[in-house]
Amino acid sequence: MKSLIVQTTIRALLPLVLLFSIFLLVRGHNDPGGGFVGGLAASAAITLYAFTFGVEQTRSLLHVRPFILAATGLAIATLSGVFAVPVGLPFLTGLWTPENTPVVGAIGTPLLFDAGVYCAVLGVVLTIVFELMEE
Amino acid sequence: MISPFSIILSGFLFAAAAPLLQRFTRDRAHVILALYPLLTLLLLINEYGLVVDGPVIRESLSWVPSLGIGLSFALDGLAYFFALIITTIGLLVLLYASAYFKGDQRLPRFYLLFMSFMASMLGLVLADTLITLFVFWELTGVSSYFLIGFNNQRAAARAGALQALLVTGLGGLALLAGFIMLGNIAGSYDLPRIMESSAIIQQSPLYPAILFLLLLGAFTKSAQVPFHFWLPNAMEAPTPVSAYLHSATMVKAGIYLLARLSPALGGTELWHYALSIPGAITMLLGAFLAFGQTDLKRLLAYSTISALGTLTLLLGLYTDDAVKAALIFLFVHSLYKGALFMIAGSVDHESGTRDIRALGGLYLQMPATAAAAVLAALSMAGLPPLLGFISKELLYEAKLQAPVAAPFVTAAGVCANALIVALAAKFVLMTFFGQAHSTPKQPHEAPILMRIGPALLAGFGLIAGLLPDQLASRLIEGAVQAVRPEIAPVHFSLWHGFTDVLILSTLTVGAGIALFRWGGWLLVRGERMRVLASLGPARAYDSLLRGTLRLANALTDAIQDGTLRHYLLLALIFLCVLLGAAAAPLLRHGTLPAMSGIPFHEAATAVLIALGAVTVASSKSRFTAITALGVVGFGVSLIFLFYGAPDLALTQFSIETLSIVLFVLVLPRLPKLLDTSSLSTRIRDALLSSLLGLLVALLVLLGADAHAPSHLQEFFGEYSVPFAHGRNVVNVILVDFRSLDTIGEITVLLVSALGVYALMRSWPGERQ
Repeated sequence: MKSLIVQTTIRALLPLVLLFSIFLLVRGHNDPGGGFVGGLAASAAITLYAFTFGVEQTRSLLHVRPFILAATGLAIATLSGVFAVPVGLPFLTGLWTPENTPVVGAIGTPLLFDAGVYCAVLGVVLTIVFELMEE
Repeated sequence: MISPFSIILSGFLFAAAAPLLQRFTRDRAHVILALYPLLTLLLLINEYGLVVDGPVIRESLSWVPSLGIGLSFALDGLAYFFALIITTIGLLVLLYASAYFKGDQRLPRFYLLFMSFMASMLGLVLADTLITLFVFWELTGVSSYFLIGFNNQRAAARAGALQALLVTGLGGLALLAGFIMLGNIAGSYDLPRIMESSAIIQQSPLYPAILFLLLLGAFTKSAQVPFHFWLPNAMEAPTPVSAYLHSATMVKAGIYLLARLSPALGGTELWHYALSIPGAITMLLGAFLAFGQTDLKRLLAYSTISALGTLTLLLGLYTDDAVKAALIFLFVHSLYKGALFMIAGSVDHESGTRDIRALGGLYLQMPATAAAAVLAALSMAGLPPLLGFISKELLYEAKLQAPVAAPFVTAAGVCANALIVALAAKFVLMTFFGQAHSTPKQPHEAPILMRIGPALLAGFGLIAGLLPDQLASRLIEGAVQAVRPEIAPVHFSLWHGFTDVLILSTLTVGAGIALFRWGGWLLVRGERMRVLASLGPARAYDSLLRGTLRLANALTDAIQDGTLRHYLLLALIFLCVLLGAAAAPLLRHGTLPAMSGIPFHEAATAVLIALGAVTVASSKSRFTAITALGVVGFGVSLIFLFYGAPDLALTQFSIETLSIVLFVLVLPRLPKLLDTSSLSTRIRDALLSSLLGLLVALLVLLGADAHAPSHLQEFFGEYSVPFAHGRNVVNVILVDFRSLDTIGEITVLLVSALGVYALMRSWPGERQ
């Protein structure tokens, strides 16, 4: 799709949608959203970008190979559960900052876990999309 | 204070470091690795008084507290005795192997496997709970599989390794079942508790079943008839492996288990017969089959089977004398068999053959090895003043006093021992003396590291024979007490006076020499028996293995014929059966909810979904079908939204969007949609899918009315804010309450992405 209109639109849209996907990830704990949907939204945006500018350019925009991203996501999610172990709690128990932390409120390891899910979903979708697009 | 856990752990650390050590020390890793068995041995010797006289050293780590399973270790007399054998022979074989494999590229791998085996074996004898014992039991099986199949380019080595793994692995499964039953009866997997529950266990109706399962485990591991056939085939292993695993350690694991559990299970009539009959048969058959062997290692393997049979028989008799005899014989056998295996390896290494018919007169070229061989063989034959003589005297004493069938047991013992004497003579006389033959390699003396092991082991047999009370009795004292706590102190002496035991001994040696001299007729019969024996259990193993593979192939061919439609068909039929089974009781008792008051927008969406589904099924173009499928998906997300599940709706919307994108990408790669299926196929498919749809709809409608009371909704509603600081229950479940499931799910995602990657990269005709 070499249309100038589409290219300009996507260029403007990509950061916005990515920002929105992060918003979905962060608000997910209390309102509709979460890492899974966030990852899907981000991958939709990047897929659109790839349709417009081609896989090569998208890959260089990403810097990392999508599958590495997915594996990192799985590693982050697993690692977020390890923090509980030295404290003497079972693997994957959520650890939280105090309720009255300024600005953000309570945040904890489940957010890190959700970020891992986000990366894993994004990486998996992009791996499949890129493989299918590259002949 | 000695810590069993750190001993085992450091063994595995040495194993893990071995390949790197070998690289950094430029092929001198054995010097560092030998420190492990050496230091452990010194530590053990240093703690002798503590173990034999003091309380048992116990150590326990929490492992699976929710199931009451700990990682516990104990160092009592029996464990001490076995640990001494494992570390001593391990040290000598390790040094032997470093010379045997000199310059071999595979040496790092050998060290890794060998050290892991040693650590696993130590773990096995030091374990203080059944579960810990089982874990190390299986670890020895796995590491021995790799060691037997070390020459993995030989088909025979691979087959031998697999056979050993399958036979002992099957026994391991039976053992686990037996352990679990035992643990249930005793109320604990801890060995001390099981020893205390001896009376309850022996009166339990499950006692025969437990004994049967445990014996299956012990008999497969310790190569008792009819499971003996794997041991000779395991001789495909490199000789250092056989010297360690198949003389002193792994094959003795079954004997160790019997000795360890005998205070809890032993002494009954059933125990007596279930052990002594197979033991006696194994003792006789092993010695008899060994007689016809011409390969040095196979000869030793069959004589090991005979020795293991003797040990089982003695533990079956379970008198004070029998236990003493068993432990001292186990020790003697480890000494001389370890030495003889190493000697067989040296002969093979230096002359290029281990066929007894091609060897002879080697004492000129290999004097030191020959001297060690003579000493070891004398101990094997049970001649004074070696330790083997004392052990054989005790053996006869125990057999003469057997509680049942003493004459029969004694006669069988004399026959087997006479054969063993003949075997010892055959091994030494035909290899090192007599007519020299030309061998593939010009024979010369083995390197020093390959002489130390046999010399020390054989030499110790002599020294311990001369000083029995100072060395041998002190050695097994602790072990005997662990097996039979109320036994009197152990004393050995070389000379018992002119007793009937001495007459039996003389008779045995005379018969043995006669057998060696004029045993040709027996040899011919032995040859015939060998064919028969190989037809028996080995044949059963082969046909069982082949049958299993054939069944697996037939099943795979039937279920997975390569057609995606058939996979789908099978899966859906199966789903129909499952759903039908679930729906049947509901149909009888449940009531369908009233179908009134459905708002217009919901009804319209439902009609839209149904129309979309019909379009998908009847469309002649893929593009139309995909678009219609999108209508179905978006319709479903609308329904989610109507029923107040914004999270689900949001996710479903995104998924639908991305699915259509993916379909568009795949579309150009697919062939044109053609009418290939016949009318009957289509009718069948339509019927099946309608049935499935109907069943699902019925289940949902009935289930909405008749679901079992559940507290999940209240639980998550109540606890999601205080415990997980989140108001979005769906997300809280995903990332907190059920986060382990989520990890599983994203792992599946990654695997499927890998699958797509692999499929695309192997697309025929495109990327090269």
